[in-house]
Amino acid sequence: MRGPVRRLAGAALAAAALLLGGCAALPQDVLAPHGTVARMELGLIERSLGIMVGVAAAVYIPLAYILLRYRERPGDGRAPGTSEGNTLLEGVWTVLPFVLLVVLALPTFRDTFRLATLPSGPAVDVTVVGHQWWWEFDYPAYGIVTADEMHIPAGAVIDITLRSADVIHAFWVPTLAGKQDAIPGLDLHMWLEADRPGVYPGQCAEFCGLSHALMRFDVVAQSPAAFQSWVSGMQHPVTAPQSSLAAEGEVLFAQLGCAGCHTIQGTSAQGKVGPNLTGIGSRRVIVAGALANNPADLGQWLHDPASIIPGTVMPSFPNLNGSQLQAITAYLEGLRV
Amino acid sequence: MSAVTHVPALAPERRSPRAQGSLAAWITTVDHKRIGVLYMVTAMAFFLLGGLEAFLIRLQLARPESTLVPASMFNQLFTMHGLTMIFLAIMPLSIGIINFIVPLQIGARDVAFPRLNAISYWLFLAGGLILNSSWLLGGAPNAGWFNYAPLSSGGLLNPGPDPRGIDFYALGLQVAGIGTVLGGINFIVTILKMRAPGMSPLRLPLFCWTALVTSVLIVFAFPPLTANLGLLMFDRLFHTGFFDPTRGGLVLLWQQLFWIFGHPEVYILVLPAFGIISEIIPVFAGKAIFGYTSMVFAVVAIAFLAFMVWTHHMFTTGQGPLVNSVFAASSMVIAVPTGVKIFNWLATMAGGRLRLRAPLLYAVGFLITFVIGGMSGVMLAVPPADYQYNDSYFVVAHIHYVLVGGSLFAILAGVHYWFPKFTGRLLDERLARWGFWLVFVGFNVTFFPMHFLGLFGMPRRVATYPPNLGFDTLNLISTFGVFPLAAGVVTVLYNMRRAARGGRRAGPDPWDGRTLEWAIPSPPPVYNFRAIPLVRGRDALWVEKVYGDGRPLPAPDDAEGGAHASGGGAGLAPSPGALHLPAPTPLPALLALGVALLAYGAIFSSLILALAGGLGALVCVVALMYDVDPGQAVDPEVEAA
Repeated sequence: MRGPVRRLAGAALAAAALLLGGCAALPQDVLAPHGTVARMELGLIERSLGIMVGVAAAVYIPLAYILLRYRERPGDGRAPGTSEGNTLLEGVWTVLPFVLLVVLALPTFRDTFRLATLPSGPAVDVTVVGHQWWWEFDYPAYGIVTADEMHIPAGAVIDITLRSADVIHAFWVPTLAGKQDAIPGLDLHMWLEADRPGVYPGQCAEFCGLSHALMRFDVVAQSPAAFQSWVSGMQHPVTAPQSSLAAEGEVLFAQLGCAGCHTIQGTSAQGKVGPNLTGIGSRRVIVAGALANNPADLGQWLHDPASIIPGTVMPSFPNLNGSQLQAITAYLEGLRV
Repeated sequence: MSAVTHVPALAPERRSPRAQGSLAAWITTVDHKRIGVLYMVTAMAFFLLGGLEAFLIRLQLARPESTLVPASMFNQLFTMHGLTMIFLAIMPLSIGIINFIVPLQIGARDVAFPRLNAISYWLFLAGGLILNSSWLLGGAPNAGWFNYAPLSSGGLLNPGPDPRGIDFYALGLQVAGIGTVLGGINFIVTILKMRAPGMSPLRLPLFCWTALVTSVLIVFAFPPLTANLGLLMFDRLFHTGFFDPTRGGLVLLWQQLFWIFGHPEVYILVLPAFGIISEIIPVFAGKAIFGYTSMVFAVVAIAFLAFMVWTHHMFTTGQGPLVNSVFAASSMVIAVPTGVKIFNWLATMAGGRLRLRAPLLYAVGFLITFVIGGMSGVMLAVPPADYQYNDSYFVVAHIHYVLVGGSLFAILAGVHYWFPKFTGRLLDERLARWGFWLVFVGFNVTFFPMHFLGLFGMPRRVATYPPNLGFDTLNLISTFGVFPLAAGVVTVLYNMRRAARGGRRAGPDPWDGRTLEWAIPSPPPVYNFRAIPLVRGRDALWVEKVYGDGRPLPAPDDAEGGAHASGGGAGLAPSPGALHLPAPTPLPALLALGVALLAYGAIFSSLILALAGGLGALVCVVALMYDVDPGQAVDPEVEAA
């Protein structure tokens, strides 16, 4: 019976999703998984929904019947019966739910343990660190660190260690895997897998202060070859300014003390407070996904960060003139993998 | 004899030495009915405030990237909305109904400790005002109603702007919480010791059973919260670092203690609702409750399990698959006693003659929406699925189906049911129906779409969302739902105000009731029962309607040695002759004022304020300890004349 119930619930969910969300698949849709873990989780969602829809029918159908059949009508002189209980009936509606719960509990236990166990075979290690309000991604095996975009090879098991630099965050990529918390002082673990290359958006799910709503990121799943070339690009990034404007920007970057907080691999900038800027010019988005990666948006960010991310520790540089801003953005946009 | 003889209830109020309508009379009252009214009116005011906060939240979320409400304000709004609705609206509304109705249903003249009862109310009011005064004194709490450390506790990891708002949280909830615990103790003793002769435990009305079990939950669940708030206060005021891992503190300690309180709290909010529904359905079906004994056992089982499930709020905190599985199982099991209750309610309705008046309408609305909340609850108990639902709008939908569709619909059912008893007046049935349908439709339009928002990947507590994620339409629909919902609430309140002023007189028993509160005038006289009734069966009044002359017999003088007579004074003989009732006193309100000053002293680090408040409170406590209540004599014969 498990097949039909789940299929029915799945079909109902899919139909509702289509109806409510429009035709295109939504970017953060739990009901449209793109990986093993999210699929396993959807399986249990469907199974529990199927059972619960059955239970709801067992309440609503009798309720509707009772309301129609026994409601008082004008001139109704019926004297209600005096039944005060029925052991058999009460036994049935005590035992039957137990049986249904066992049907739900067994696969629940199985998948809870399965998700807590890293599948055997090679895995890519990523340490994910939550910060107010951006995500850092460390690849200890490759010696690279990035932010805002988590690159992974499609089809591979990704072994994630979760940490936090300040308060509790939660790492959530709905189409790939349900969330786990990032808790200061603890290492939490989870794994995920993306079926095929693509961009899978996610965001922090645990309220983490003023700009919690803006703490977004993308998981960029690539073919193994593309991922490998990204890794070697990050290991040997372009750091030399590509123009005189960018060279001016490099000087300003040093003068303004940016290196106190930011690291650029291959340069003397080794700060650890803000996001690692290695290869930032090659990212699709910047500032936790709040801005597109183009000179105009980057300039706006540098000019007044708090107008983009209220409460950010990134200082504003109101005294920078237009050409100075252009110089710094040219330098940063030139940092490519 | 005067012309008011046919409404004897009004007489004692008017003829008392004090002007009973005066502000002073309300501040010094120890009458459980007046305290009940105070609870309900105060809670309703807080409810409107919490509703306003919700309205602003929904306005902000109506469109993507809206700039109507800035994030700093939004975070305060959702924090205060949750706190207000849970601690200052739903819980005190239940407590208010319990205060008014339980002594009447058990045939008592008051609660066991009438002065303690007043202290409970004034501490609740003080806590609520402290919490809400934060809006005017530098900003409201802004870390969510469960206020996770270390975001809330500050310290080295979170040195940013350190709003004082959370100090108001720590102190306000402690003050209100003490009042709640005292109330819990009071009602345990009241229900155990003050029942009229003949009211054995299995003759106790189900609402009283839920009040008893809720009180036990309060007494066991609030101490962990108080401990937690104490640690938070130490971390914030004295920089102790209980929750700061850089100094050996434990971040998750807050969550453990909070949810050891927090999950039973859900049942503190919902068990009285079960009790109300269990009173209304039999009356409006004209039929005894089906499976009384299993209903009692179900309530007790739910309360027991309520303490066994707290870490299901923490499935994503890395506690491991074994813990997650065990707590998944215990959480699922709660569905069994809850299901027993739902099917017993259905079986009570089956074969009855259903009078679909407003109270039953709300009860049916409760059944429909609460089942949805229960279903999503079982779904949330599955850890791998919860990894997706957790902290998403799915949870927002769930909590509102449980606390609005469950608790609040039942409270509205109860208020419509007992309004004639509270005021002596009947509500307008047509307005009541309008109110119900607006609330019911508005609620479902607002909250049903949130299930899908969660499944489409929208996290809770976001001040805004980008337009390209498919959240737009459902959020807009949800915001539209607020308008009928608010119109429904206004209709309900307008109906009450109108009826209280000029509604038709209800008489003692407008619904053909089954329990003892319907045996006495509406509103009840200050002494409730002229003679303590003798209880001769379950549904004590119904038994008399079927087997007697429709009125309870007076209990024999010596039954239970008179211990059932009111507290404050000694047990005294029932009629005729004067009844001894506790005298009014300003000390409970003064005590709460002292405690409030103490709390403000802590919040603003003012030793003088704290000392003044603390000493004042201490003086009040000592005065209450050594003050012998002279009581007041009320003579029903004279009063009624």
